[in-house]
Amino acid sequence: MMLFVGRIWGPDMDLFLQRVIDALTNGSTYALIAVAMVLIFKATTLINFAQGEQAMLGAFAVLQLWNWGLPMWWAVIIGMIFSGILAAVLERTFIRKFDPADHLPLVIITLGLFLVINAIAAITWRFDPQSFPQLFPSGNAFTYNNVRLSWYSIFAFSSCVLVLIVLQTLLTKTKFGLAFRAVSSNLESSRLSGINIGPTLQFGWALAAAAGTLGASIYAANPVLQIEPSMMLRALIFSVTAAALGGLDSLWGALIGGLTIGFVQSVVVQYIPFIPNEMSLSAAVVVLLIVLTLRPSGVLGTRAVERV
Amino acid sequence: MTLPILRVENLKATYGPVQVLHGIDFIVFSKEIVVVLGANGAGKTTTLRSISGMIETSGTIELNGESTQNLTSSEIVRCGVAHVPQGRGTFPELTVEENLKVGAFIRTDKDIKTDIDICFENYPVLYERKTQTAGSLSGGEQQMLAVSRALMSRPQLLLMDEPSLGLAPQIVEDLFSRFVAINRDQGTTMLIVEQNAQLALDIANRGYVLESGEISVEGKADELINDDAIRRAYLGA
Repeated sequence: MMLFVGRIWGPDMDLFLQRVIDALTNGSTYALIAVAMVLIFKATTLINFAQGEQAMLGAFAVLQLWNWGLPMWWAVIIGMIFSGILAAVLERTFIRKFDPADHLPLVIITLGLFLVINAIAAITWRFDPQSFPQLFPSGNAFTYNNVRLSWYSIFAFSSCVLVLIVLQTLLTKTKFGLAFRAVSSNLESSRLSGINIGPTLQFGWALAAAAGTLGASIYAANPVLQIEPSMMLRALIFSVTAAALGGLDSLWGALIGGLTIGFVQSVVVQYIPFIPNEMSLSAAVVVLLIVLTLRPSGVLGTRAVERV
Repeated sequence: MTLPILRVENLKATYGPVQVLHGIDFIVFSKEIVVVLGANGAGKTTTLRSISGMIETSGTIELNGESTQNLTSSEIVRCGVAHVPQGRGTFPELTVEENLKVGAFIRTDKDIKTDIDICFENYPVLYERKTQTAGSLSGGEQQMLAVSRALMSRPQLLLMDEPSLGLAPQIVEDLFSRFVAINRDQGTTMLIVEQNAQLALDIANRGYVLESGEISVEGKADELINDDAIRRAYLGA
């Protein structure tokens, strides 16, 4: 530990700050995918393993639209709508038939969707990495010695916060949000209150996919990354970990989880010498394990408080 | 003779290979409190779930003379039927006030706020706890909330599945006397299934006894309360 602190406050302060900024940047994109998973988990207590791939497909749609000459942000918005509609169709076709209380078939379906979507993207766009349009101004907003805070980092983080605020408002201030939370709380009583369960969950899936597509687009727009069909594999694991860490049913928990995972990935691995870079994924999972041991429902997750 | 609000004829229901209801008939008239008595497994819950469209059945169920056979449960709510399911009919993660708003989900009128206030007048304890989550309420308070939630849809017919279950006798008495007041003041017709025969017959106009999926006895509540067979079977006398 002394070693750790000593190295930070030594001459490598710049490096440390840079690593924190990297953590913020990566963490924000993980958080956006994690938020999508949290939305679905909130409604159905189901982890949608296809979330990352749906997001990747959405990002490819964005790229395609952009290649066809659409202005960049229009491409993103239409891409989000496209993936929302696709998710609604997937929900209607594959998910709704099954008993929402029986998770195993549903988990297997989401895993199947994961593979199918990945294959479709690979067939359509090949595995060659392609460069993605720059969504945000390039260059640095702020430079100090060797520390660079890029516009990309600032915008990635703010987009994430913005999405959370929009979703939070939607869930707490609108009639749809009330229905959505009712369905996630008590399926039978929702039905008995006249809520149409199917369409409510379907809209939840669409919303999640749209948020995921924005996340994947921002992820792919990172100047150091390119878009390719397997780009979300790593991000998916980080995002699931982030979602679980923050509390699977908490939107803001997804941000905290995302940032924590980003931090572990870039800072801890940098400074704890016996963790090689290849182990950054495992380090993230170890942190998850520690957090869940101390707080079984995650940092901000709802602990089941129920009087009997 | 006025048209019954609910008419059930030859209702049959099965869970997998097990037939639970073997063709039962009963009616409920407007403004009545009707109670269905029966032991565990007699088919009481199944009867209510059939009416609110939660399970598939055969036979006739008519609301105000119209068959509900092809309606989904959310359409049946829109026909004016509210159902308080057995145990906790609340949304544990939502606040008391949000629970009531969910109850009014099918409504688009401007009086929702007024009706929430009426619920709070009926059960002042809910007002004190309006920002608490439903899951943190006691069993009795949850039952009050579940009933209020159901009333928020402004039902013509309120179905209640063993509202006394698991509650202390004093609380049950309060709850039931509230039912009488709601029935009198708001004109809500009630169909209550119960094991607590004494209390239920005290507030009911008429009653049916359900035994192994068949109606064995029916009559006015004050006749049933003095019926020897019922006294032996359900009133412990």
